[in-house]
Amino acid sequence: MTTINVNGQQREVKVDAETPLLWVLRDDLGLTGTKFGCGIAQCGACTVHLDGAPVRSCQLPVGEIGNKPVTTIEAIGTTPAGARIQKAWLDLDVIQCGYCQSGQIMSAAALLASNPTPDDAAIDAAMAGNICRCGTYVRIREGIKEAARHG
Amino acid sequence: MVDPALSRRQVLRGASLGAGALVLGLTVRGVSVVAATGAAPAAAAFAPDAFIRLAGDGNVTLVMPQTEMGQGIYTALAMLIAEELDVALEAVKLEEAPADDALYGNPIFKVQATGGSTSVRGYWPVMRKAGASARAMLIAAAARQWHVPAAECRTEPGEVVHQPSGRRLAYGALAAQAAREPVPADPPLKSPETFRLIGHSQRRLDTAHKVDGSLRYGIDAMPDGVRFASLACAPVVGGKVARVDDRQVKTMPGVQQVIVLDDMVAVVAETSWAAMRALAALDITWNGGPNAALGTADLWADLDKASQADAHVAVDTGAAAKLSGDGVIEAHYALPLLAHAPMEPMNCTVHLTPGKCEVWVGTQVMTMAQQAAAQEAGLSPDQVTVHNHLIGGGFGRRLEVDGVRKAVRIAKQVDGPVKVVWSREEDIARAPYRSVYGAWLKARIANGKVAAWSHRVVGPSVIARWLPPAYDGKIDSDAVDGAAETPYDMPALLVDWVRHEPRGVYTAFWRGVGPNMNVFATESFVDRVAREAGQDPLAFRRSLIGKHQRARAVLDLAAQKAGWGTPLPAGAGRGINLQYVFGTYLCTVAEVIVAEDGTVAVKRLTTAVDCGSPVNPDGIVSQIQGGMVFGLSAALYGQITLANGRTQESNFHDYRVVRIDEMPQIEVHIVPSAEPPGGIGEPGTVTVQGAVNNAIYAATGIQLSRMPVDPSLLRKSAWR
Repeated sequence: MTTINVNGQQREVKVDAETPLLWVLRDDLGLTGTKFGCGIAQCGACTVHLDGAPVRSCQLPVGEIGNKPVTTIEAIGTTPAGARIQKAWLDLDVIQCGYCQSGQIMSAAALLASNPTPDDAAIDAAMAGNICRCGTYVRIREGIKEAARHG
Repeated sequence: MVDPALSRRQVLRGASLGAGALVLGLTVRGVSVVAATGAAPAAAAFAPDAFIRLAGDGNVTLVMPQTEMGQGIYTALAMLIAEELDVALEAVKLEEAPADDALYGNPIFKVQATGGSTSVRGYWPVMRKAGASARAMLIAAAARQWHVPAAECRTEPGEVVHQPSGRRLAYGALAAQAAREPVPADPPLKSPETFRLIGHSQRRLDTAHKVDGSLRYGIDAMPDGVRFASLACAPVVGGKVARVDDRQVKTMPGVQQVIVLDDMVAVVAETSWAAMRALAALDITWNGGPNAALGTADLWADLDKASQADAHVAVDTGAAAKLSGDGVIEAHYALPLLAHAPMEPMNCTVHLTPGKCEVWVGTQVMTMAQQAAAQEAGLSPDQVTVHNHLIGGGFGRRLEVDGVRKAVRIAKQVDGPVKVVWSREEDIARAPYRSVYGAWLKARIANGKVAAWSHRVVGPSVIARWLPPAYDGKIDSDAVDGAAETPYDMPALLVDWVRHEPRGVYTAFWRGVGPNMNVFATESFVDRVAREAGQDPLAFRRSLIGKHQRARAVLDLAAQKAGWGTPLPAGAGRGINLQYVFGTYLCTVAEVIVAEDGTVAVKRLTTAVDCGSPVNPDGIVSQIQGGMVFGLSAALYGQITLANGRTQESNFHDYRVVRIDEMPQIEVHIVPSAEPPGGIGEPGTVTVQGAVNNAIYAATGIQLSRMPVDPSLLRKSAWR
């Protein structure tokens, strides 16, 4: 039995300590907004926040989380940066299939929370770990800048 | 059956988040997307056709026959109906159509399939007529109630207005009477200058649930009691399981079953992770079968050999006799195997019970999925319910139903619902691929002009397997698409095709399909011939254009916007790609910089597109932007290679795709047009390889004959 804090709630899960957080979120807690993409931290689809910082949940054993709060896409709208990113994503129609966008939004929200006016280099550095096969990168960049303008 | 999307949202709201948290800070849209229930759409007061349901309270539900996979088709099709029906886009609800070819078959394919940039082309007349017909019936109902001539009535969004008296009736109030009005055979369509929606950018209707994780893709299906399966398929096509040692695995926590079939092995467990971990721990020995020694070099050699075989002629205006003597130029181009690698890994959830099969999946082919499941389960299609989902990336991968078949085969061994999820490695290494293709071109120049041109295409026929009625046994229209008809008027032309099915792989459609090869070859060769003729690639293309004046317009616009002819530093070059495929004219100018070590950076892609009447202009821009990124990944990195019959690539570290920090500047310019719409999903992908190859040619004097770009061929010492 492991207890983790997810989206502001203490959750008890009966899993091995080695189980990656991704599968605990999806299969045990029913939080399917966090996506499986590659399983080796290459694509960023599984990005969540651990204590506000973006992490790849496919590579994070649940036993290593301890007391640090986990935030997922389902609750990122409750943070000011997350809400601004979500709004910009809708306003600019960033999204196509949307499968990678949970991870894109989590990475972008973390960037904006730590750097309110990111330039192109900062966006490249923060977002290069998130693959989008629909190729929405032009609008992801615009979306982050749009969200920054409304900060 | 409870709608899985609904139950999921209720669970999330109730258990995981405070009420309202899902939409905090967002504009709540009026549109919701409901997963197909498999049952016939709900009854409505007025349902004039298979697409429109108008309830007595005025609510409008539009049934979407095409699958939304990111291309924006829900928005575009809803716009077509809403325009002619005259309802606000914000007021409609969308529902995915159930499996039914008769009602929901794609007008071009005749089966319920989403692909080939056919949706707007096929449904442009159908959906507009559906909307117009319903509107005419609502007007007739109002006129009857008011005892006035229908000609005195018009509509505003959601209501009928009697012009002389100013009386108004909402559509909902007219629904019951409208249902009794005769269906007009030839309802009047709106005149384009009165369009409120078509041609005016609308925000997408499918994205509200994509920003907060609440949209459920196939991989998120969670029927009650579901268990999780991970699978390993034979690593060599045609291979079989020889032996499985599962002693270590059966005692692992959460593991419930190890299923061994002739060509695959699956582990069923309480969680995905338990299944994946146990599968990795299994000791499986495979027999390779007839392809066990196959390598990529064999595929290229086979292709070369096939090019000598008898070909089927697609176009012949007497070029062969004119392709000898002085001034003949020849070239060969080829493209490698490619995986689709959509972000949502392949998955399928199946629940088999006696006489019944339920399938949860995201598919581009609803009825094919239903038939495949029925066949594997030994049932009739009407005993199979497919719950389709919005797709996390299709690109042609989900035109295939191999995943459905495998999941049903596994489900036959499992008591209860089972969700089968492919690992990324399984998805890349054991998927159907875009085939290898080869092209052999010849041209003869006389007095600085093209006198004759020939183009031989060598590749498989995917259509012959995928949609047999569309293949006449001679010419596969996809295989020669972009070669048989080009933007150019060649004085003498021969285009032929040798059908060649590569060994040891399954082939599939891949975004851009046949034109990826044919446009790459044609446009690369145009630049090659222009250079031999001592002409500028832009001027040379202009000289080749005859009847396709729309091609000339996109060519000139792209060239102007890209600053064609303005100076560039050493190592930099611009290249043009002009195409007319999927009913759309498109021209891209690529700007690249080749480093001294041969590394290529694509700096800028400037595109002009004439896709006929634009439906959702911002959606068009989005499809071109994204399509170009897909094509750029192929041009720079994309290739699947084989050794000993096995795919050598496994995940995104060795099957690279473009990331945001490698992005060129992209500009898309739409040329206004009143022609019927062309396709827009594929053209952006098709345009990249030729443009990049020609830009490299301009920068270095070296023309590559094969994608992806091989930097070792482009070192500065080799520049000409």
